[in-house]
Amino acid sequence: MSDIKDLIKAINENITFIEGGECLEIQVPDKDWHDVASQLKNDDRLSFDVLTAVVGMDWKESLGVMYYLTSTKRGWDMLCVKVVCDDIKNPFIHSVSDLWKVALFQEREVYDFFGIKFINHPDMRRMFLRNDWVGHPLRKDYDASPEKNPIRLNDEINEDDTVSYVEDANGKVSKIAKKVFEADDYVVNFGPVHPSTHGVMRFRTAVDGEVIKKVDVVSGYIHRGIEKLTEGLTYPQILHFTDRMDYMSAHQNRHCLCMCIEKALGIEVPRRAQVIRVMMDELMRISSHLLSFGCTAMDLGATTAFFYGFREREQVLDIFDKTCGARMSMNYNVIGGVIADLHPDFQKDVKALLAIMPERLKEYHRVFSGNIIAKNRLKKVGMLSKEDAINYCITGPSGRGSNWSCDCRKVRPYSIYPELKFDEVLLDGCDSYARYMVRMLEIEQSCRILEQLVDNIPEGDIRALNVPKIIKLPAGHWYQQIEASRGTFGVYIESTGEKTPYRVHFQSPCFNLVGVMDLCCSGHMIADLVTIGAALDFVIPDIDR
Amino acid sequence: MEVNIKSMKREDFKDNEYIDKLVEELNATGANVVVGNLDKLINWGISNSLWPLCFGTSCCAIEFMSLGAARYDMARFGFEVARNSPRQADYIMVQGTIVHRMAPVMRRLYDQLAEPKYVIACGGCAVSGGPFKNSYCVLPGVDKILPVDVYIPGCPPRPEAFFYGLMQLQRKIRVQKFFGGVNRKEKREEFFAEHPEERGKID
Repeated sequence: MSDIKDLIKAINENITFIEGGECLEIQVPDKDWHDVASQLKNDDRLSFDVLTAVVGMDWKESLGVMYYLTSTKRGWDMLCVKVVCDDIKNPFIHSVSDLWKVALFQEREVYDFFGIKFINHPDMRRMFLRNDWVGHPLRKDYDASPEKNPIRLNDEINEDDTVSYVEDANGKVSKIAKKVFEADDYVVNFGPVHPSTHGVMRFRTAVDGEVIKKVDVVSGYIHRGIEKLTEGLTYPQILHFTDRMDYMSAHQNRHCLCMCIEKALGIEVPRRAQVIRVMMDELMRISSHLLSFGCTAMDLGATTAFFYGFREREQVLDIFDKTCGARMSMNYNVIGGVIADLHPDFQKDVKALLAIMPERLKEYHRVFSGNIIAKNRLKKVGMLSKEDAINYCITGPSGRGSNWSCDCRKVRPYSIYPELKFDEVLLDGCDSYARYMVRMLEIEQSCRILEQLVDNIPEGDIRALNVPKIIKLPAGHWYQQIEASRGTFGVYIESTGEKTPYRVHFQSPCFNLVGVMDLCCSGHMIADLVTIGAALDFVIPDIDR
Repeated sequence: MEVNIKSMKREDFKDNEYIDKLVEELNATGANVVVGNLDKLINWGISNSLWPLCFGTSCCAIEFMSLGAARYDMARFGFEVARNSPRQADYIMVQGTIVHRMAPVMRRLYDQLAEPKYVIACGGCAVSGGPFKNSYCVLPGVDKILPVDVYIPGCPPRPEAFFYGLMQLQRKIRVQKFFGGVNRKEKREEFFAEHPEERGKID
């Protein structure tokens, strides 16, 4: 740690260290931020190659951004960088989207929510809200009265217009108007209500004949403003939002938020609850990958495979139904443990599932994976190199399909995962087929984890006994990561010691996934957009939050 | 007159008074024998082949997919032909939260549906805004911009609840008067009153 500190100190004399955080924290003035960022990334001794999270902040007296950087080469070491805008009236920060491509979308989100403009960002549009929206909702002084933003039933206009802010040698920032597409581009609209976008995502696609030139992602058709809603609710009240973001990773997301709150409170979760949580996470992963299998197949016209996938998924949902009382939106994890004990049939049902899965997986491969049409449509389509996957922070099965070892259960182990025997599935195909196969192989690994645990559920409490009745987090901020079904899910909580959080940010894996649509689709046929999207497997409510 | 549908017994429904009242109101003026029987035939046809327009925005849509899969199999009731074009659908099934950006899209899809058209609001979000009611950009219920026929509460509703709601729509259709349009919701003049700019274009 100390030598890293010295190296960072040597970059720039204006860097100040903030003590008392859970990881190394520095504050950098905005004018030096881009230089420092490029050193942090390119210096081999530091090599912070992943931009994990970008969290916009409003501290009332100032606006700024918290960047979480990770170094994959040095044991997934984390660094938190705080950058504060010089002027709260006209906030600017230098963009790092040229260093970490993932910032292209993340910084647009910060602009949308806080109105912080990023200098040298190529495309400074709103991300989630309508382009005629008044105000920036996550600012503390935002006026939420419905008169400002009534329900508008007219279409958005000027969708092609965007702006960029550039800085000249004297430090003067000027605004440049730009167009999203070129003047003679033929643009095909795809979505937002389209059966193959897996939700309400809209892709505006510039095509040359049938070949895609550019994909412009228009998001926000299910943006519910969860991050703002959390600021008015107590900690137990915000838990249920996680189930409704990535509803196919409901248990994992909620596990993550609970872990973050438990970390801040210093609560030790009983062993029985830990085991139950991990088992539920893995069951959720199986159910999610089965859905993904079914939908990928259905997008290619293989409707039979969809029925096969859903047949086994129903069996997993029955297990949830018995223990949690719901098929979806289970609301099972709570702060300090889980809400209810396991159903008496739980072990029997899990064993029944484990008994049939190997045979059923073979059936899937026979029906779909080996099919010549599936292979032709998926292989060598949507190529994403390992470097791009790291640069765009593509985690989860999609990142591992590009041979990037990014499984949070292995690289930053949490809960009881260090004790369990399972392999991280890595394939080097870098194409849609590899992403699809990683999911199928991960079902096997999840089954392996369940096999180890199903007969070893220890007796004991299902909730920690020392959880206070009124939960108040101490002042400070925390960041917690977890491996959800689609990648690394992160939760950032900032507290001022009140009953309600000051700011909660959810770093969703799918938001990064949709960021590579342009890169993966360019040069392919427009029909491949569907299969690339299916293989990346994004869940839209997780993107929009 | 009693409203019966094949799939479920009358006593299993919980709101028979409501539908009886509707029938009473409709029959207050009496019905022509020929037109009345023709109505019955048409309603029998429509109610047994209801084609939904999928409008799934979040979790409820996944439960709707379960309905389409083998275990719940909505083909038993004639609901299985889920259309993705409003031109081919009978009713719009709003599954999930509707936010400000989506509102004009949903309204347009509703306007594109051919008459007779119906709306089902599935799940807490579509019914009232659900857990996101207080958000800055969520519609507190789709009935703010569309006339809703059936509400299905739940988060998400269980498949059984979906079926119950769909059968309620079937019952509603069974009592409608197709000729004369007694309970058709949107009249031509009402549409133009709401969209004055469309008057010249469609006529």
